Amino acid sequence: MKKGILSAQFTRRLILVVLAYVIVQLLISVNIINDYLQATLTTICINIILAVSLNLITGFTGQFSLGHAGFMSIGAYTCALLILKDPTMPNFLLGTLLGSLLAALVGFLVGLPTLRLRGDYLAIATLGMAEIIRIMFINMDKITNGPRGLSGIPRFVNWTWLFIFTVGTVLLIRNFLRSSHGRACIAIREDEIAAEAMGINTTWYKVLAFVIGAFCAGIAGALYASYFYFIKPDLFGFLKSVDILVMVVLGGLGSISGSILAAILLAVISTLLQSFSEIRMILYALILIVIMIFRPQGLLGSKEISLSVFNRLGRLFAFEKEEK
Amino acid sequence: MPLLKVHKLTKSFGGLTAVLNVSMELKQGELVGLIGPNGAGKTTVFNLLTGVYVPTSGSIILNKAGAEQELQGLKPHRICKAGVARTFQNIRLFKDLTVFDNVRIAMHKNVRYGLLSSFLHLPSYHREEKRISEATMELLRIFKLDGKKDEYAKNLPYGEQRHLEIARALATNPSLLLLDEPAAGMNPAETAQLTELIKWIREKFNLTILLIEHDMSLVMKICERIYVLDYGILIAEGTPDEIRSNKRVIEAYLGEDVGDA
Ligand SMILES: Nc1ncnc2c1ncn2[C@@H]1O[C@H](COP(=O)(O)OP(=O)(O)O)[C@@H](O)[C@H]1O
Ligand SMILES: [Mg+2]
Repeated sequence: MKKGILSAQFTRRLILVVLAYVIVQLLISVNIINDYLQATLTTICINIILAVSLNLITGFTGQFSLGHAGFMSIGAYTCALLILKDPTMPNFLLGTLLGSLLAALVGFLVGLPTLRLRGDYLAIATLGMAEIIRIMFINMDKITNGPRGLSGIPRFVNWTWLFIFTVGTVLLIRNFLRSSHGRACIAIREDEIAAEAMGINTTWYKVLAFVIGAFCAGIAGALYASYFYFIKPDLFGFLKSVDILVMVVLGGLGSISGSILAAILLAVISTLLQSFSEIRMILYALILIVIMIFRPQGLLGSKEISLSVFNRLGRLFAFEKEEK
Repeated sequence: MPLLKVHKLTKSFGGLTAVLNVSMELKQGELVGLIGPNGAGKTTVFNLLTGVYVPTSGSIILNKAGAEQELQGLKPHRICKAGVARTFQNIRLFKDLTVFDNVRIAMHKNVRYGLLSSFLHLPSYHREEKRISEATMELLRIFKLDGKKDEYAKNLPYGEQRHLEIARALATNPSLLLLDEPAAGMNPAETAQLTELIKWIREKFNLTILLIEHDMSLVMKICERIYVLDYGILIAEGTPDEIRSNKRVIEAYLGEDVGDA
């Protein structure tokens, strides 16, 4: 009996995923999803990657981080500089990979000394790290064009790449969390002393969570740079890190589907609020406050929506048909 | 060769010396008690043995199958890998995880697949996950927790939480098991049941056990030897009968029941 690779469940999921891709692609090609909506779609995908990867660090491993935008900026600048020099598709992919690896390396270097800290102290240290990265980009004037940023970045990101990178990172993180290594991270969140006593190298797994999270944030940054033409250091400041954290907390610490839901919801809300330009940020904040009052554990808490919801829906429909 | 040899172990917290020159030896397969009044330093000894605290001085040597290993100064996870597992006086379960996951996580050090396999769920992942799931269920059955495998640990009654903590410690496949007041908060019936369980797992898992316990009836009944700690100093060592009639022990307990077992 061969299980896992080609189980019925796996096939069903594969079909759903491919279907989602094809439908959106069709909608784009007949221009129902126009340029404006495509930008929203891109924001959603990038935010999903950012939120899910920060959730790995903060929601699953329990390490409070306020520096995710810093990792993102490393991916963005690396990829942008490479494709500005030589705008080819292989160079875009190379830039994405290199940017992510660099972000991961910084995650590692920062992680080792700072992960001795806990809670608020760690948050402040990661915040400081992101600020240092931002100031470095401002001061490396010759390479990064300083505070004015880089413009005219060639666009290589389309729906296909967005889809591959988003589904890819979410799947890898989900798989990781369902392994013994991922459970080791979760044990750290639950009780660090007990986790150590049960044989888990907590320092290693905390650094690992940071490295994986930073790597994914690097991907998100590269996608951002090569879609929106323009990046500058201020795009990756404290507020961006807070934005990402808001998505994670809103969706539920420790819930991947929660992060995805929150990323979509917030993008939709801020798109809908465009017409209220003046009071937009106030409304946005109010909505967040209301949600957190009624769902302090986040939209999904630490639970996951699974595809079995669809199975149940399917059965429901089948049942109704029989009755007719 | 004893399994565990502790030599002149000392721990000071600033001005307070919680443990002073404690030496003890545990032979393979022994069940030994560590008793003493509140604040005597018993839990501190456990924390030293498991690496939660680094000793101020002294040595801890574990001797497994003829291979000696110094434990002092090692990180707790290393000591766990060397074969020492423990429970905590104030239960430290992974509260928001299921009973099943609490035990499964403790199998981590024996899981044989790498990071790549965890990201891609390669065949080695499926093979190992199946193996540790079965091993977890087997342990849960021994502790009669298999029916509650999907409950959150925090929702278990107190006694079962204590049992789950022992099951979790056993999942790390230890040679030496340290139990810190496992009967605390249990009624006499539960304590009696726990007594049988401890005896039974010692045989079944070929364990050496060091037990801190306040419940004298339990200690006197199952321990082959007892160490008595008072103000961080070992004041007596011997069989339950010897300890019961030891003058210094009776003084240390000053009115607490020692002989009454
Ligand atoms: N981390 C610590 N810092 C300072 N003092 C401590 C620490 N841990 C234990 N102690 C002190 O060491 C002494 C022994 O404590 P403990 O080992 O918990 O006693 P027991 O388990 O025998 O009741 C107590 O006086 C306690 O206050
Ligand atoms: Mg104690």
